[in-house]
Amino acid sequence: MQLDIRLPIGLMFLLLGLVLAVFGLVGDKSQYKSSLGINVNLWWGLVMLGFGLVMFLLGRRGSATARLTEDSPEGVKLEEKEAERAAES
Amino acid sequence: MNLTFVDWTIMVIYFAFVLGIGVALKRYMKTSTDFFLSGRSIPAWITGLAFISANLGAQEVIGMGASGAKYGIATSHFYWIGAIPAMVFVGIFMMPFYYGSRARSVPEYLKLRFDEKTRGLNAISFAVMTIFSSGISLYAMGLLLNVLLGWSFSFSILMAAVIVLIYVFMGGLTSAIYNEVLQFFLIVFGFAPLVFLGLRDAGGWAGLQTRLTDVATANGYGSGAWTHSWQYMGAPTSNPMGVEWFGLAMGLGFVLSFGYWCTDFLVVQRAMAAKSMSAARRTPLIAAVPKMFFPFLVILPGMIAIALTYKAGGSGFSLPKKLDGTFNYDLAIPMMLGHYFPSGMLGVGLTALMASFMSGMAGNVTAFNTVWTYDIYQSYIKRGASDEHYLWMGRMATVFGIAVSVAAAYVATRFNNIMDMLQLIFAFVNAPLFATFLLGMFWKRTTGHGAFFGLVAGTVAASIHHGLTLPAGAVAGIKGGWFAVQHIYPSEMAQNFWTAIFAWTSCFVVTILISLVTRARKESELVGLVYSLTERPKDDERRWFQRPATLAVLVLLAAVILNIIFW
Repeated sequence: MQLDIRLPIGLMFLLLGLVLAVFGLVGDKSQYKSSLGINVNLWWGLVMLGFGLVMFLLGRRGSATARLTEDSPEGVKLEEKEAERAAES
Repeated sequence: MNLTFVDWTIMVIYFAFVLGIGVALKRYMKTSTDFFLSGRSIPAWITGLAFISANLGAQEVIGMGASGAKYGIATSHFYWIGAIPAMVFVGIFMMPFYYGSRARSVPEYLKLRFDEKTRGLNAISFAVMTIFSSGISLYAMGLLLNVLLGWSFSFSILMAAVIVLIYVFMGGLTSAIYNEVLQFFLIVFGFAPLVFLGLRDAGGWAGLQTRLTDVATANGYGSGAWTHSWQYMGAPTSNPMGVEWFGLAMGLGFVLSFGYWCTDFLVVQRAMAAKSMSAARRTPLIAAVPKMFFPFLVILPGMIAIALTYKAGGSGFSLPKKLDGTFNYDLAIPMMLGHYFPSGMLGVGLTALMASFMSGMAGNVTAFNTVWTYDIYQSYIKRGASDEHYLWMGRMATVFGIAVSVAAAYVATRFNNIMDMLQLIFAFVNAPLFATFLLGMFWKRTTGHGAFFGLVAGTVAASIHHGLTLPAGAVAGIKGGWFAVQHIYPSEMAQNFWTAIFAWTSCFVVTILISLVTRARKESELVGLVYSLTERPKDDERRWFQRPATLAVLVLLAAVILNIIFW
């Protein structure tokens, strides 16, 4: 019912990965001297893109989420116990 | 460091998602249980990642990098003998009482187990400490971003404070936890390439080892002092930390680590939000898995930085120095980011750094608003109000808490010593805590008077010990010795460890003595709160990797193996 946490994580990494990878392809190549000649933007961007995709696809299952207290057995028990304690004192 | 358009784009994307999570969760905050405890409904892997992420504040990233440069691989003791055993202990042995008692916070457990005054002492000291800790980390962030990017101090801290305020205010603990998981991944992805590039520059692991041999001998230690974690712990003079194995194992491994991981509500709150007893017990165990590999992410860059400083690599990186000519260790990781990362990746790295500041701050803020609302406001100021009222108070406490943190950060810019002093007092208050919980949970005879006066005695013992000792080379004052100098420790770290050992032992002994002469509570009142009177939780999960006990054994085994590899 609520937001599966993997959706925002997946989407964010998809976007970040895309930005990095595209920049790695079209951006100025001379700046990779500092990263030992490796185009980290392109490679790491692709890795992040892949991670984002996996997270996003898993997130569509909708199982990794918090629930409302009223839909959570332990949450309900906690509120009952609290009401009991409040009545006692 | 100069940021370009692509770096800004990355930063803006991150901020948009962090705030978006808060907005998306706002409508699920219906009761105070939703806001402060996420309705006790979150799966274990999420609370587990939030558990370490809340602790992964900037002090960890910056501080561990600095220690890696200063002390080498021995810094990993903070993980492999410090955090991991304590996390296993809290999951297996303590979570049944925290979670099973249906306490809503750590101080509330103390109220159920002991009495009102013990809860009050813990709640008030915790609330003050957590809000000032958040101020201290804001201050650190303001300084760092000013040095790195030239941003104004006010802009940096207000930006971070407002973002954290918005997402916690709207989505409560759930929003903090969701964002902590997001931040966890961002931190891992932001720093991993740094380790790869740094290691490559230093000539791989073998190259790093040879370089670190130079570092060790140049500083007057045995050749492996930077690359072995235990071999040089025989005497304090043979390792750069200046500690010996007993002080290390007892002070750090036992007192300080168990005190933090087992009693600090900042982390325990994450486990309390899990959806079942089994999930709550697995929370710290799942957290322990990435935690034990963090040394490779945060300590290794520091080691690489110092190695390249003594013997330059191909790219010419070296650590910056302070005005007095000593190395500025705190800049090890930030400077490496600037050195190795091109535009684009630099944006990711800096955003990860900011994420670590924010996750730590949000952790403090959610712990504060819960303790304030349940343990202080509801208990002493306004009892019996409606749930809507307490939910409203939680949101107000979020605003208030963040405002005080910001104020504290500004105070720190004028009076740096005040922050050092506060941290010292926190250490005195925290050191004895684990003795109280250990006795409370495992000895049914422990009484409320015993617990309260034990805690006070522990704090007093810590301050007396600190007042009588001094680390080598320091001047009496904030570093200790303000009564009289009776003993000189080889290093500040050794002094800290022994202060903790004295505090813990005093609390332990005094609690037992006073408990024996005061009246114990009826056993029927202690069911669910004390080990011997509580039914063991059954490991009824079907799959082996979901059983807390199995996980615990695997985690401990892995920690032992890591200790042996880097012996």
